[in-house]
Amino acid sequence: MTARVTRWPGVELGSKDLESGKVTTVRFRPEAKFAWSAGEAMSRFLAELQRGRLIARECKSCGRILFPPRMFCEECFRPTDGWVYVRDTGTIETYSISYLDTDARRITEPILVGVVSLDGASPKMGLMHYFGEMTTKEIRIGMKVQAKWRPPESRVGSVLDIEFFRPRKGAER
Amino acid sequence: MRKVGVVGAGMTLFRRRLQETGKELSFEAARMALDQAKMEIGDIDAVVHGTAPDAFDGVHMKGEYLLDGSGGTRKPYMRVFTGGGTGVFSAIAGYWHVASGLADVALVVNEEKMSSCQPHPQSVFAHIWDPILDRPLKPNLVWIFAMEMNRYMTIHNIPYEDIARVAVKNKRNAVGHPCAQLADGDITLEDVMNSEIMAWPVRRLDISPPSDGAAAVVLASEDVVKKRRLRDQTAWIKGVGWCIDSTMWTDRDLYFPEYVARAAKMAYRQAKIDRPKKQIDFAEPYDPFDYKELHHLEGLGLADKGKAGLMTREGVTERDGDLPVCPSGGLLGVGNPIAATLGIKVGELYWQLTGQAGKRQIPNEVHTGVCQAWGDLMQYGSVVVMGT
Repeated sequence: MTARVTRWPGVELGSKDLESGKVTTVRFRPEAKFAWSAGEAMSRFLAELQRGRLIARECKSCGRILFPPRMFCEECFRPTDGWVYVRDTGTIETYSISYLDTDARRITEPILVGVVSLDGASPKMGLMHYFGEMTTKEIRIGMKVQAKWRPPESRVGSVLDIEFFRPRKGAER
Repeated sequence: MRKVGVVGAGMTLFRRRLQETGKELSFEAARMALDQAKMEIGDIDAVVHGTAPDAFDGVHMKGEYLLDGSGGTRKPYMRVFTGGGTGVFSAIAGYWHVASGLADVALVVNEEKMSSCQPHPQSVFAHIWDPILDRPLKPNLVWIFAMEMNRYMTIHNIPYEDIARVAVKNKRNAVGHPCAQLADGDITLEDVMNSEIMAWPVRRLDISPPSDGAAAVVLASEDVVKKRRLRDQTAWIKGVGWCIDSTMWTDRDLYFPEYVARAAKMAYRQAKIDRPKKQIDFAEPYDPFDYKELHHLEGLGLADKGKAGLMTREGVTERDGDLPVCPSGGLLGVGNPIAATLGIKVGELYWQLTGQAGKRQIPNEVHTGVCQAWGDLMQYGSVVVMGT
């Protein structure tokens, strides 16, 4: 068909066509606002963050320490059994050095971000977070890191109560 | 289950911005597919529409919004959405309508119009992240790919240039595609490797562009194919599979797409394929980023773990290689209107298998192909095996 079809539909527009009003456009800006209930597992998780601790849930059926915590084990498909603290130290599983912000705008000072798996949780279980006090040359997969907590008075019950993960003192670099 | 064939396909241009509405684009693609299948809308028993997040359009009930353009009025109709996986999954949904016997002919129409979202569709991608765990960090969608790509290349020690070669191959392959947005016959490895760093290790030319576009396929039962004498323009669906892994993506090792492997296993079992490397002649894996093609070739069992880059370097995946991969030009070359990539995945398999791919026709004879799409938070795979 690619051989036989002569007309492929679609009229291309440049961004100038839109800005200059060459084509008819209709505009709308939504004003939706949300307040999420954090739920059972995340409410406790956020409260513990404010206290400077990381908490997980244990599933006695598969033996996993589930972090971030959830009230049910998605694999055994049964309720989890109890709360377990995990440590604020861990390992960089992967990372990026980002020159883009949320809206894909270019930034000059890169963001170091990635996944850190936490000591005390089951293998490879962790969360996404920022990395700091390391250069773009030093950061690597496998690096041992520790949370840098914000001072207690400025914590609000958010993953941002941890400012970032930084190289763990005394750990092998 | 009954035998089901693709008997016609259509697609629009893929461009950064098209004048037509999503509904108009859906109509154009659907009309072309019907013309190719020598059918009218009255011949269609059921319609499946595939399209990605409502937020791109700022219109909820997007399936209903696009309905009239996809020919679904007063018919059994459904909209499906499985993230980026929709590009292949909608055809699977169309397949089960016909395979089950509930419909003799189904029309599958996929549409995406990303340009409506201002200033960049990136701003609504922010809404796919977990509101408690991820969003406070103000994530950018490219981070997903950067983190997965880094894990993949580090675990296997794959040199970046073997990944960049995929972008070169696909943008060159797209030169033969009449709908292509970013075809570039002169692109070099250096161009990709020296392009701007977006979120290391991802560079600008590693990424497929956001696009507007639509695509459609007509699926028919074996009886219809016989009755209407469509055998010469039919490619058969031999197997379908789909699978999703946990949304807790920070609990999974991203180096291997286990969910793609499971989806492929499901499709291969149905297609009676037990040695995919030997039995599959060409592939259209999902390539929104260059490393994803490699990642998915490994998930599909077409390359050993960590070896897809080497295959690319050795030319195995070129159009005239032993296993042509993304002969369409892929998302990297033709464009990435998320769900509408149906046209370069299922559509390309159809055109290649029926010898209608024109300038893109694979020089070696091909009898079996596999296509695959991927989406959500690095967790979804949809796979279709087709053959002559």
